[in-house]
Amino acid sequence: MVESKHKVGFRDVSIFYGRLQVVKHVSAEIPEKEITAIIGPSGSGKSTPLRSLNRMNDHIGGMRITGEAIIDDQNIYAAGVDVVRLRRKVGMVFQRPNPFPKSIYENVAYGPKLQGLRTKADLDIIVENSLRQAALWDEVKDRLHASGFDLSGGQQQRLCIARSLAVGPEVLLMDEPASALDPAATAKIEELMLMLKRTLTLIVVTHNMQQAARVSDRTAFLLGGELAEYDVTRKIFTAPQDKRTDDYISGKMG
Amino acid sequence: MPYQQKLVTVAGYTVLLLTAAIFLFVAAQAWPFFRDQVDLSFFTGDRWLPVSSPPSFQIRGFLVSSFMITSMAIVVGCPIGILSAVCLAELLPRQASILLRSVFEMTAGIPSVVWGFLGLTVIAPFVARVFNLNTGLTGFSAGLVLSVMILPTLVSLADEALRAVPREYAEASYALGATRWQTIWRVIVPAARGGIVAAVLLAMGRAIGETMTVLMVAGGRLTTPGSIFEPMRPITALIAAEVTNAARHSEQYHALFAAGLVLFSITLAVNAIAAAVIVGKKAEA
Repeated sequence: MVESKHKVGFRDVSIFYGRLQVVKHVSAEIPEKEITAIIGPSGSGKSTPLRSLNRMNDHIGGMRITGEAIIDDQNIYAAGVDVVRLRRKVGMVFQRPNPFPKSIYENVAYGPKLQGLRTKADLDIIVENSLRQAALWDEVKDRLHASGFDLSGGQQQRLCIARSLAVGPEVLLMDEPASALDPAATAKIEELMLMLKRTLTLIVVTHNMQQAARVSDRTAFLLGGELAEYDVTRKIFTAPQDKRTDDYISGKMG
Repeated sequence: MPYQQKLVTVAGYTVLLLTAAIFLFVAAQAWPFFRDQVDLSFFTGDRWLPVSSPPSFQIRGFLVSSFMITSMAIVVGCPIGILSAVCLAELLPRQASILLRSVFEMTAGIPSVVWGFLGLTVIAPFVARVFNLNTGLTGFSAGLVLSVMILPTLVSLADEALRAVPREYAEASYALGATRWQTIWRVIVPAARGGIVAAVLLAMGRAIGETMTVLMVAGGRLTTPGSIFEPMRPITALIAAEVTNAARHSEQYHALFAAGLVLFSITLAVNAIAAAVIVGKKAEA
């Protein structure tokens, strides 16, 4: 088996909020165009390393990070890194669908407009392509100027995915993207993730182990801020090396 | 219903009833005047001559004055107020923001006669000098003082509206590569638009109803002003200045109530629109 290229990496990453250490010496290499799941009990610091990859933690007072978070062989915490450019390359989808109180069209066009794109024809193309990629186009093409809030929860989450795709990311971070959705809407999001991995590197935090088993290629098990185990998903779920992983996935913990 | 709940319910309805009762009282006092009116000259004429014979009661000048001064207060006060609110809600560190907000709230407690005094002794001479006028007691000076007086209302309501915008919107915006500045102006302020509009309308209601300051600073000419740089008298000042001299149940007395009814209707309408905006915004969310 040919080892694919590493897109994202953690090299001895520790993250502190004030005195509290939330992530402890995590090291992992994440291959491109795969889905990597981060699982673990709640409060085990799953979201923090995810949010460090687009530097969303920068907004939290007292946050400190040591080690290196790597994207495309570059430490994104190095001096002189352009956070705005980083966030165009590394998109993010949040736990609860959070469309802006704007029309469907304006939600998707928001990112491109930030970059100064004004031509309606160009925006139309980007909006359509992004909505198609997010498997939402057919459901909304006749009401692009309706409010994003008029959509169902699952549709809103796909709208948020479309909004991220519109800025052309290479990595998509998903923070429990289906936790607020019903099973049917969850299935759609998972289907979408499998489609997106053809072009994108996906990293998804989930507390839903079935979800991790269904969609991910690799799984990282975090416990108390430490990376307990990280391997190909099939191995994690059939032959975990670490007893703690075994306990967690068999339901003895969590 | 337990008696405590009854008590609160009664208190709530009392406020409603009182407002209605005041309106009805003013309307009843104005009625004898309106009954004798044959045309709309009360609104369109420029002759307010309460002691001539026959007397004449026409309020165009006062209406125009109220309109000019309120507009001035809003045009000057709104940009400052909204920018201050953005600064408080989004830019300043928490401690500084809390401190500044309480300073703003304290300004709301300054009696309007003190503002009038400031206008009279500081603003008016300043305006006279800068614009080379015979007197600084003009609509412009009054509008300037009012633009500061409405800030507490405007800033605290707009600040509240901005703070009510869910953090998730800002997060989504940052995650798309927006700067703080872009996030504020393209997401947070538009999301708070309803509340900001309501804040402006309530501030406007405050400006229309303000009496003491305009009585002291606006100059007090009774005819329609040609420009905002002339002395003028808004409706509130007219009523305050004359009501103590008007004999009870005289024609002047009823005419002043008629002017009061017009003023009341305007502020009621402005506040009703503000309330509708607030309710509409809540329904939308």
